[in-house]
This record gives sequence, structure tokens and C-alpha cells, in this order.
Amino acid sequence: MSDTTESTVRAECRAWLEANWDPNLGLVEWRNKLADSGWGNPHWPKEWHGRGLPVGMVAVCEEEFKRIGAIGVAKVGIRVLAAATILAHGSDYQKEKFLRRSLTGEDAWCQLFSEPGSGSDAAGAVTRADLKGNQWIVNGQKVWTSGAHKADYGLLLARTDWDVPKHAGLSYFIIDMHQPGIVVQPLKQMNGHATFNQVFMTDAVVPPENLMGRVGQGWAVTTTTLMHERRGADGLRTWAMGSDKPGRAYDEEREEITVSLAPYKWYPNRAGRLDLIMQRAVETGTADDPVVRQEIAKLLIMSKSAEWTARRARTAQEQGRPQGPEGSLGKLASSHIARAAARVHTLMTGANALLTAEDGDLNGTIAEILVSVPAGSIAGGTDEIQRNIISERVLEMPKEPREDTGRPFRDVPRNIVN
Amino acid sequence: MKFSFSPEQHEFRSNLRRFLADRSPTKEVRRLMDTDAGWERDAWQKLNAELGLTAVRIPEEYGGHGFGFGEHCIVLEEMGRALLCAPYFATTVLAAGAILNAGTRADKSDLLPGIAEGDTIATLASTEDNGKWDAASTTLTATPAGDGYKLNGHKSYVVDGCTADIVIVLGRAPGSTGENGLSFFVVQGDAAGLTRRALKTMDPTRKMARLTFDNVDAKLLGEAGAAAEPFAKTMHEATVCLANEMAGGAERLREDALAYAKLRVQFGRQIASFQSMKHKQADMLLDVEMTKSAAYYAAAALDDGDADIAATASLAKASACETYLQTAIHAIQIHGGIGFTWDNDTHLWFKRAKSSEIFLGDAHYHREQMMRHWGAAA
Repeated sequence: MSDTTESTVRAECRAWLEANWDPNLGLVEWRNKLADSGWGNPHWPKEWHGRGLPVGMVAVCEEEFKRIGAIGVAKVGIRVLAAATILAHGSDYQKEKFLRRSLTGEDAWCQLFSEPGSGSDAAGAVTRADLKGNQWIVNGQKVWTSGAHKADYGLLLARTDWDVPKHAGLSYFIIDMHQPGIVVQPLKQMNGHATFNQVFMTDAVVPPENLMGRVGQGWAVTTTTLMHERRGADGLRTWAMGSDKPGRAYDEEREEITVSLAPYKWYPNRAGRLDLIMQRAVETGTADDPVVRQEIAKLLIMSKSAEWTARRARTAQEQGRPQGPEGSLGKLASSHIARAAARVHTLMTGANALLTAEDGDLNGTIAEILVSVPAGSIAGGTDEIQRNIISERVLEMPKEPREDTGRPFRDVPRNIVN
Repeated sequence: MKFSFSPEQHEFRSNLRRFLADRSPTKEVRRLMDTDAGWERDAWQKLNAELGLTAVRIPEEYGGHGFGFGEHCIVLEEMGRALLCAPYFATTVLAAGAILNAGTRADKSDLLPGIAEGDTIATLASTEDNGKWDAASTTLTATPAGDGYKLNGHKSYVVDGCTADIVIVLGRAPGSTGENGLSFFVVQGDAAGLTRRALKTMDPTRKMARLTFDNVDAKLLGEAGAAAEPFAKTMHEATVCLANEMAGGAERLREDALAYAKLRVQFGRQIASFQSMKHKQADMLLDVEMTKSAAYYAAAALDDGDADIAATASLAKASACETYLQTAIHAIQIHGGIGFTWDNDTHLWFKRAKSSEIFLGDAHYHREQMMRHWGAAA
């Protein structure tokens, strides 16, 4: 395996990029070259647009892309999760039909897991898929679906058998979002933004070749998608940059980023805007207030310690040691930090924090922080679920006795949702 | 900044942890904490001789191993975990710290080899009855007399003050104020005119003394009138070392409480299966890991000569204050009634948590120190 050492991979990748990268190509045209050559996803198998290299080589290739300024495959949104899931569980037909167009960014995807009646408990889905004739007919409602209004396809978790235990009765489908049985509505949040959608499915149709995995295997496939989602949880920050260089490919990538990021423009406020804290202490004349100073210090202690804890975890991984408990704690820490930041902003801003838009300080940003922070401890796994994960997987504490497994799902108590 | 442990440091830690678990079980802690001294010279010198712990951060030219704060803080963290009853903090962190930061080459050659060898037990006497941890609050006076000085006044909250062979004393020139006129002095523990009274302390594993000085002979350490800066440096170092010791104690409490929750059965289940216990344990893990990160970072910052060390040291201590005490409170709560009994070991660490919270400045004090340093950058 002499051709997979870091230096040979680096040299080969560099040579290919130098011969092929052209910023004046169309974005799709360039990404098709990446798919053909395998350099876009070098750890993918050779027969599916990759080069079969070890995962560790991805960073090496990314460095080469960065060095020459070349754009990579589409890494924005749910299409990345779709591709990873299809690669792991999809049929050859599905790989042939969907993988390339997810890499080029031509197809957009959404994830249809959460429902009004099942948030933390995604396996409690009650959207049903029934085989009628030769088609799956889907009825139900999904929620918190980002990008559904622009999606071409959805990753759908639906119940296909109500007479077996909860996790065994689920199946996983790829559903075409452009059909009359699907209605997408924006979901307005408490801060006034609408980043997500509700998706209503009434006799929506899925052809049998779009079942992923076998009937009843849906939960295992879902777990793959969720695993990739968690792994890429902080992806939003890394792909948000784009390049300011001239060239058709760069122009098209900038447009892709602008459109994709628009719904998330309030996300920094959700995290509490630590970056504004010191500036606000000066602006509001509270920098000498002993109570404010104590609260700012508490916040800084939390944020610095969280940053250093993440660094410890990364360093341990780089040194090839097993990741310690410090790796599981980031999500919980960020909830605490966001809440503490909101409290400090309130303390410093006083009455003006009651005002929004142009009447509020920083054009209403402070008020928006206060009504956005509650999202952080819920989205992507509530604090309570994080604590369960930490206590069960890291601390090896026993699971609580369950009421929902070991009997047919139709007998399990569940929410009544209109 | 490089902020991680090398394989050698990991091995050092695990060897030390096994060693201290063997030599300082709680039975031994309980035996020593009931003595007046709080530690035993023979037992301590024997233990120290095996691993050379007092030599860790003493430079090689003065008979030590010449390691940095990275290694020194590993020792302290493990001692905090084992609640080792020994005059280690007073001797190697406080006294040796002041000697290294303030002393002349001659002072160091005179004093450090005995400390490195484990023969000399030493401490630092800076705080007085007012309980302030800063240098400017010093009132004890030092008057030149012949080759040396005569000290008059008092010191309090002096760790291992009754048992130290030598006491490094912070005093001031008569009539001086604030941070001017401050000097360090070396006083023999058995000097005439020095009265040492053991204070009755809430934490029996950290003995403290009140010292009164009535025309006590003293020798100048370092430069006369220039102690303010080396004292501040010594306090930053001691604050970081204490934060690491506290992180070790907090982690031990967390682990013991977790083990108990997995053993204890109520309502037909391990109490560890109740979500109220699981969520408390998850919160404890978060607190302890964050505090460890801050303590490790601060130790690395000391070794790197980080300009931000005043703020970083205070950050680590403020974090350790909140975490150690909160972890101790949770640990007693998880144990339930048995956790409030004398026979259960939890209170030993609870008391160390409380005494460490206050010693060298509480969380409020250190948060304000942080803001004084970083507020200017705002």
C-alpha cells in the first residue's frame, strides 16, 4: 500500500489539482470532474466517486485544495447526510441515481424524521407508509425540517408495521418532494424567524425502489444519518466562508452559500453573542459595576474552560489516545454559556433590552439574543438527552426501565396530535 | 501554547496515583488528621524519598529534578485526589516558590537543596489576622539589626506553621505603606521570640497556625524592599497549583459518588438508574472536566511565561472553587444520610473543598482579579 502514504497522496492530489483546477469552470462542471476523479471524496469507494483512501487522508487532500484555492464537492446541508447514508445502506440503483448529484450540489435534500409527537424520541414516529399495489403511500406530518421548501428529495422515516415493537416497525425511504401530496409550510419561531418547515404528507407516493435498506430496518439506517449529523454538528461555521477571488466557480459557490445560510442568520444570537460582551460593558457604562463584573467573569470562565476542554479532546484524538469524557460535554456547555450570556446582556442593557428593531440597542440585536437563546438547549438534542447520553455512555449508568419497547407499537402510549 | 500531557507525564501520573492510593488510603488520612502536626516526619520523608516529590520543580543546580509546573501540578492533583497529609504545598509551592522568585543565588544554594532532599520543611507566612491574600495588607515590621533584622508583629492562616523548620515571612520596613518597603525574611522555626499556636481549623487535613513575632531574629531573603513583585508571582503560581490540587479532589469525589450510586439500591433499583441521579452526575462531570481544563491550561501558561497569567491563574482558581464545593455538595446528597456521618469519607473532601475555596482567595475575589486584568483590554 505504498500509494497511500501521506506524501504520495499529497503529491498525487496536488498534481491532479494543478492539472485540472480552473476557477472559470461552472461549479457543476468542476464538481463532476471531482466525482469522476474521486478527489472530491477521496475516502469514498473507487466505484462511487471516491479513491478508496483511508479517512485520515481526507485532511491531507483538503489542505491541497486549500493551498491551490480549489472548491470542493457540495458540503452544504442535508445532502451530505443523504450521501453518507446512501453510501452506507443504499442500493446500486440509489447510489447511481443520487450520489453524483449530491456531490455536484444539483439536488437539494431535507430530513423528515422529527414529528410533532416525537422530538427527542424520533423512533416514536407515527407517519405511516402503506404498500398499496406497487407503491408506498405516505400519510403524516413532519416538523423542524430545514430546507424542505427548496428540497428535491427527503430522507423519510415512516412506520410500516404497527404490530411489532417500536424500533422494528420503521422503514426508511427517499421521497420526491415535488409532488402534489406534499405541502411545505414555514414554521415561525418565537424569535420571529422561520428557519424550519412543517411538511404535510397526504397520500404522497414513494416508488418501491426508493426504500433504503429493508422493510423494518429504518431505525438502523436513521442511526447512520444521525451519527453523521452529530459528527458534522459544527459544520455551519466551517463552510460559511467561501472565497472572495474572481472566477465563475467562485461566483457560483458564493451564491450557493448565501442562499443556504440565509435561514441561519440569527444563529450567532442563539449562542449568546459572547463577542459583544466587553464592548457592551463599555457602551452601557456598566464596566465598573461590581455585579456586572462578577457575572462577566463567570461567563468568561465558562467559555474559556469549554474552549480548553474541546482542545484537550482534540489533542487526545490527535495523539491517538481514546477520547476522554471531555469530548461529550461541548453541547451541554454551550447551552450553559448561551444562557449565561443572555443574563449578562440583560443585566448590562437594562430597560433597552425590552425594545426590538430600530428602537433597541444594536438595531434590536440584544432583544433578539434574549428570545433566541432558548433554542440552543433544545436543537440538536436537548440538554436532558445530552445528560442521558453522558451518564449512560460515558459514566456507564444504567438506562431507566422503559414502557415503550417489548410490545406492539400500537399498544404504546403516545401523543395525540391534531 | 502546547497544552496536553506527554506519554511520560501520563505514566508519571498513573504511577503516582497507584502509589498514593497505596500509601494514603483514607484510614491513613484519618490517622494523621487526628495528630497535632497533621503529618509525620518519618512517614513523609520515607514516602518522599521513594519518588523525590519535593525535588520535582527545584532546578537541578540546587539539587532538584528541574521539571516545570506541568509535572508539579500533576503531583498536586494526585495529592488532592488522595488527600495526602503532608507538608508538600507549604514547602514546595509556597516557600520554595518565594525562594525561587525572590532569593539570590546564595539564598537558593542555602535553602533549596534541603527542600529538594525532603529534609527541610518550610512554609510562607504572608497573611495576617485580617485574612487578606495581598502583599499591601502586610503590617508585620522588620527593623535592621546588626547583620540581620528583628521582626515584630503577627501572621495567621500559616499552613503547617507549627511544624515548619523554616518560615519565609513577608514583612515591611517601619513606616512604609502599600507595596513599598516589603521584603521576604527567613526565620528558623525554633527562633527565640517566635510563638506558634495551632489554629482550630474546620479542615483537619490542612493545619494552620498563628505566629507572633517578638523581636525575632531574621535573615533577609533576596533584595530589601523589593518583595511585592516576587510575592505576586508566587501567589499566581500557588493559585494555579491549588487549583490543580482542587481538581484532583473534585474528581475523586465525583468518582466515589458515582460508584456509590451504582451500588446503592432503593425502590428495587440501583439509584444510578434514576434520571435525577444521572443528570446530577452528568453535571458533575461537566463541572469537573471544565475545571481540569482550566487548571491544566493555567499550569501550561506558567511554564510558557504567559503574560496573561494573573488572569488565567485567577480563572482556574475561581473555577476550582465553584466546582470542588458544588461537587462535594452533590456527593453528600447522592450518598444521602450516610454521607453526613463521620464514618463516611465524603466529609473529608467536603472540608478540603471548603477550606480550599477560601484559601488564597475565594471565587469572588479571583473573578474580580480576572476582570482587573482583562477589563483593561476591553
